[in-house]
Amino acid sequence: MASTTSAGSDTTPGRRRHTPRLTKRDKTVLFVMVAIPTLIELVLIWLPTLASVALSFTRWDGIKLNDIKPAGIQNYNYVVNTYTPFWPAVQHNVEWLLALAIIATPFGLLLAVLLDQQIKGSRIYQSIFFTPVMLSLALVGIIWRLIYDRDYGLLNGVLGTAGHSNATDWLGDSKINIWAAIVAASWKHAGYVMILYLAGLKGIDPSLKEAASLDGASAWQSFWRVVFPSMRPINIVIVVITLIEALRAFDIVWVINKGQNGLELLSALIVRNLIGEGQDIGVGSAIAVVLMIVSLVPIVWYLSRVFRKGADL
Amino acid sequence: MSTLSIERADDPMAPTASDHSSGRRRRPRYGTHLFLIVMAVIWLIPLLWGFYTALRPQQSTIKHGYLSFAGPFNFKNFTDAWSQGGFATSFKNSAIITIPSVLLTLILASMVAFAVSRFNWKFNVTLLILFTAGNLLPPQILAAPLFQLFKHTPLPLSVSDSGDLLNTYFGVIAANTAFQLGFCTFVLSNYMKALPTDLTEAALVDGASAWRQYAQIIMPLCRPALAALGTLEVIWVYNDYFWALLLVSRGDRLPITTAINNLQGQFVSNDNLIAAGAIITVIPTLIVYLVLQRQFIAGLTLGASKG
Repeated sequence: MASTTSAGSDTTPGRRRHTPRLTKRDKTVLFVMVAIPTLIELVLIWLPTLASVALSFTRWDGIKLNDIKPAGIQNYNYVVNTYTPFWPAVQHNVEWLLALAIIATPFGLLLAVLLDQQIKGSRIYQSIFFTPVMLSLALVGIIWRLIYDRDYGLLNGVLGTAGHSNATDWLGDSKINIWAAIVAASWKHAGYVMILYLAGLKGIDPSLKEAASLDGASAWQSFWRVVFPSMRPINIVIVVITLIEALRAFDIVWVINKGQNGLELLSALIVRNLIGEGQDIGVGSAIAVVLMIVSLVPIVWYLSRVFRKGADL
Repeated sequence: MSTLSIERADDPMAPTASDHSSGRRRRPRYGTHLFLIVMAVIWLIPLLWGFYTALRPQQSTIKHGYLSFAGPFNFKNFTDAWSQGGFATSFKNSAIITIPSVLLTLILASMVAFAVSRFNWKFNVTLLILFTAGNLLPPQILAAPLFQLFKHTPLPLSVSDSGDLLNTYFGVIAANTAFQLGFCTFVLSNYMKALPTDLTEAALVDGASAWRQYAQIIMPLCRPALAALGTLEVIWVYNDYFWALLLVSRGDRLPITTAINNLQGQFVSNDNLIAAGAIITVIPTLIVYLVLQRQFIAGLTLGASKG
């Protein structure tokens, strides 16, 4: 917008770029300013990511560098066909994603919509729902253990089963513990979604909502036909956050039992193969590559949307 | 306790809430309030339960059951957890890791953001994609090679007693910084792009160097964004569990978020002590939350404002 006002008095709009006017020294300074962070990003993020791909085709116990042996696609074969925790982990990641996408995210949106309508005490509600967002997922796991504990937990205490033999072991029972972990994760996720949508809703022109309601549309219709679509940028971010959170889920299950016995997740399986006994870098890396490829789908989708419009935004 | 605070904090909100909607009478939304109150109570339960458990001696909870209202209540679990759990060391480690990580991240990110947002280079978009995508990857993907890289980076023993980057603060700081760079670069470059070009045009006419434009014109204008991002990053780095888990095995080098999990092993089947430890860990976050909530939320929404 600034460029349109000054364009007339200046030279032709297309040529109004700073680059030609930079001195050699400026160029060097700018180069260094970009080069140092880029180098850090490349060496500490992208090089290891590519190295994971390379290591996934090798066999290695992670101790001596010259013990790395080529293994072809053996690791992938093993992971998919023989490694028993792999498919449960995939299933758990999918369940995690579905629960966040179908329950926690819409719930966050619901909270945002309710709290956006100048309701009394809106800010105190917001603060309450937002509190878990400030906590680490590791701590979320620990705090929820106090609720799920079979003998001492609040949940079984309320159900009256605490201390009885028929008490549900919420975190120990491999059929249900993933859902217990997902509930804990949702506790944090919903507040996160709420705060982003609250920002989105505030950014909407109130006349837009009023125009919709004057047309005789119900609140429900005006929300879904007018308000929600106009929050498109936020919606995209929410989709990406939900996907990425589900793929990144790690801390909670690691805190509970290091991701085993019903709490397998791809991220946890990677780490299980890296540290502790039974180090198998090749297998861990193969799982890492699977997780990477799946993660790249939302990442590429998101980035192509953000940067498609070109640099001139 | 919760109802009290709801009513009290309600007061300052009341005038704006009712005066705002252009005189139209709103019917009271009892249903909405009922729903919100129930949900808010449910949302508060985990933390309040932790706090409540932490206030009670273990003997008393075992005698009466955890779900009971029998005293005594005191802070002994907190002092016990503090001294037995090595919290002083862990908090110190958290500070040693968090402060440099956040400062480095903001400085480095602002430099890239400045270069790509205020000047036209061929690789601007490529660079931004490189940074942003790096931040979105699950960190476990790069865990093994990063661990090996740090293990095989020799350091003089005067700097690192392990002789490499493992078990050092540098290693955790480097990992956190690299991982957070992407998000901050993305947010700051969007912010800087929105600043009017006239500002730096004028400076250029005056013969200001690129560095001066960055340090004296753009950075001061970015103060709101830097404050918001800084708050957000302090919380995120403080809350980081994974990098220290991967890169540090010495207990006396662990930051609090990673160390707290070890307490579970240390305070076996003493939920009261674990609860106290958990609440102690929450306190710094809650302080930031109370003092800088607006900054934190601004940081989150800055990141989401462009899609």
